[in-house]
Amino acid sequence: MAGRDSLRDTFFQECEDLLEVMWDGFTRMEGAPDDPETINAVFRAVHSIKGGAGAFGFQPLVRFSHALEDVLDDLRNGKLADLTGLMPLLFRAGDRLMDLVEAERSGSAFDDTASEHRALLAELAAARGAQPPSATPDPAEDDDGGFVPMALDLMPLGAIGAEDPQDRAPWRLRFTPERNLYTSGNDPIALMRALRELGELRVEVNLANLPDWDGAQWDGAYLSWTLTLDGTAARDDIAEIFEFVSEDARLEFLDDPAPPRIAAAPEARQSIRVDLERVDRLINLVGELVISEAMLSQSLTQSGAGQHPAVVTSLGQLKQLSTELQERIMAIRAQSIKPLFQRMSRIVREAAGASGCEVRLVTEGETTEVDKTVVERLADPLTHMLRNAVDHGIETPEVRVAAGKARQGTVLLSAAHRSGQVIIEIVDDGAGIDTERVLAKAIERGLVPPDTEMSEQDIFALLFEPGFSTAEKISDLSGRGVGMDVVRSEIRALGGRVTLASVRGRGTTATISLPLTLAVVEGMLVEVAGETLVVPSTALRETMRASDAAIHRMGAGGPVLSMRGELIPLVDLGATLGYRARSDDMSGRSLLLVESSGNRRAALSVDGILGQREVVIKGLSENYGHVPGIAAATILGDGSIALIVDVDQVARAEVGSPMADPLPPLMSAAGAR
Amino acid sequence: MPLKILAIDDSRTMRGMLSEALTEAGFETYLAEDGEDGLQKLEEVQPDLVITDINMPRLDGFGFIDAVRADRRHRGLPILVLTTESAQELKDRARRAGASGWIVKPFHETKLVSAIRRVAAKEV
Repeated sequence: MAGRDSLRDTFFQECEDLLEVMWDGFTRMEGAPDDPETINAVFRAVHSIKGGAGAFGFQPLVRFSHALEDVLDDLRNGKLADLTGLMPLLFRAGDRLMDLVEAERSGSAFDDTASEHRALLAELAAARGAQPPSATPDPAEDDDGGFVPMALDLMPLGAIGAEDPQDRAPWRLRFTPERNLYTSGNDPIALMRALRELGELRVEVNLANLPDWDGAQWDGAYLSWTLTLDGTAARDDIAEIFEFVSEDARLEFLDDPAPPRIAAAPEARQSIRVDLERVDRLINLVGELVISEAMLSQSLTQSGAGQHPAVVTSLGQLKQLSTELQERIMAIRAQSIKPLFQRMSRIVREAAGASGCEVRLVTEGETTEVDKTVVERLADPLTHMLRNAVDHGIETPEVRVAAGKARQGTVLLSAAHRSGQVIIEIVDDGAGIDTERVLAKAIERGLVPPDTEMSEQDIFALLFEPGFSTAEKISDLSGRGVGMDVVRSEIRALGGRVTLASVRGRGTTATISLPLTLAVVEGMLVEVAGETLVVPSTALRETMRASDAAIHRMGAGGPVLSMRGELIPLVDLGATLGYRARSDDMSGRSLLLVESSGNRRAALSVDGILGQREVVIKGLSENYGHVPGIAAATILGDGSIALIVDVDQVARAEVGSPMADPLPPLMSAAGAR
Repeated sequence: MPLKILAIDDSRTMRGMLSEALTEAGFETYLAEDGEDGLQKLEEVQPDLVITDINMPRLDGFGFIDAVRADRRHRGLPILVLTTESAQELKDRARRAGASGWIVKPFHETKLVSAIRRVAAKEV
């Protein structure tokens, strides 16, 4: 198509202008980091490059500009504050963006999979992951209530029924618009016209609700329609036509022309109950499918056939289909967190009543969807943490007033999806954590030696130690022998982590990050002693080259990394997992700064960073029992096995010494098919 | 008479694509470079329907919709927003802002026409 070619030229010309805008912006950001309009302009430039690249199917360019755009978006929204610190990374990313545009323009292949490129992508992602905890309100607040557990929509089943469509009875729909439909520029007539494209349509208007002239509001919505449409139309296509107005109108399928074997049910939305095991089997199969797809793609590339345009197109479609299939199946297990949050308001009321505080619970992001198992198993830890917030956090009204605060304390419970994770935050505006008291208690209980000096982070970590309870006296509610250590192990069992941040007199924020699903984990692929390992992204904070890091040796205690005034223990991942003897030679190594549950930090030294990827979790415990330092395994695109690191255990390991039990030989010899 | 459509996008490439796809589909197409420009063209052209990008300099898509809906004459004007992500959040925000519907980029011509048909006041 001639128009397409000239549009392609337009795109590359525009890219030149946009890249110039970006460079100008970067230069100005260096001088005046606080000017929001400059960041906005750079964001828009990168956003436009992404949009155009998407239209032409330049996938590597789309992916990279997307990663850069995300960082810029966080900067302009104030989620990332340290602009000056990020500038070197932004400049490097700008260079790469130019290279990518040039590669597409000249038609030369850009190696999107080169480890150096993937490391840059990972750096961009890590820059965002390093953001401090903050309460991000979920803008999708309007909700239509919780939904039935494991309800499967019958819709697609009806649509793909094998019987002859000619035999189906016509669809009968009732369409009842609300007032808002008309004020958003929508019009029932347009919808009916679109419906008519699907088949023969009969329209009856229902005037029963039309009031007298005197009683009518000028902008009232009084009409509804009964629509009869050929049975040949697919239900999905009908629903799609009403997609824009789904919030502003009611659409009922009156008598479903379901396959004759299944009796037609009167409800518009049908559901069936399905054994959870069957769904999990599906999830497993789709996981295998995704792996096979990656293997196919890789072998085609290696054989050279991957360059053929028809192969590229088909592979692209296959990838899209398998990804969508995976998402849809995962969505079956997803549930709104709303019912759980609703239960929590009672917990807070009871806790407040018992401790004599006045507390208001505010919830945000209740429509966030989370895996069913996660929702179920989150109830206990959340209950405990909210009780803690009220019991130990919120002061009595008298104390609050004396401190110049409102009588009534506030606890915010929020959920949001952020960079592939579910983030749940419990933020209170209470007294904050009394670090001196915590330390004194820990010394009294013999958890740490007397006269220990500890950083704030390390003191917070003490709260998660088994048997620690800060309550001066055991109150009614907290301190039932369940401590934060139980909370931590519950969250860990779900593949997540929990951290605390607190300011004296201002309040405490507890942040729980959880993976979106229990079947797939996003992780950083790293190389250690010739093996490929996966470090889950939930724990990852930063990556850096060992040569750029300040590493000190502390007598017998092993090496530590000094960063921003903090000393972080260095863990040689290869030695800790028993792959090799410990070595102090750090040349060529990379460091992954991880934060495990309970604010514990460690820097894992690895031989190389291969890139970030979603991997399907394969349990090991059935065959091998618990393997120290290893959470699970996965299969990579080339068919080889990679072990998924248990960051919590590795970070707690005695620095420099192998873990208690060395790995079974078979595990060390991974790579078998 | 063909439907008059005003398409607003700050990207030259995207304007080119919209113009090509819309003209191909038989619409009378007008283009604007950002929300401000869009408001001006709106008065000149009196379109039957508007397609607008969201992220734009000077006046963005949400600001444009606000201004249009604040004007009684345009309360019923169908407006479709272009979004890169199919993110629910953006759709919800567009809906709350008063948009009639949305088109997810990169768009396919049939999807574009189907979205237009669902909101257009005239036969398409």
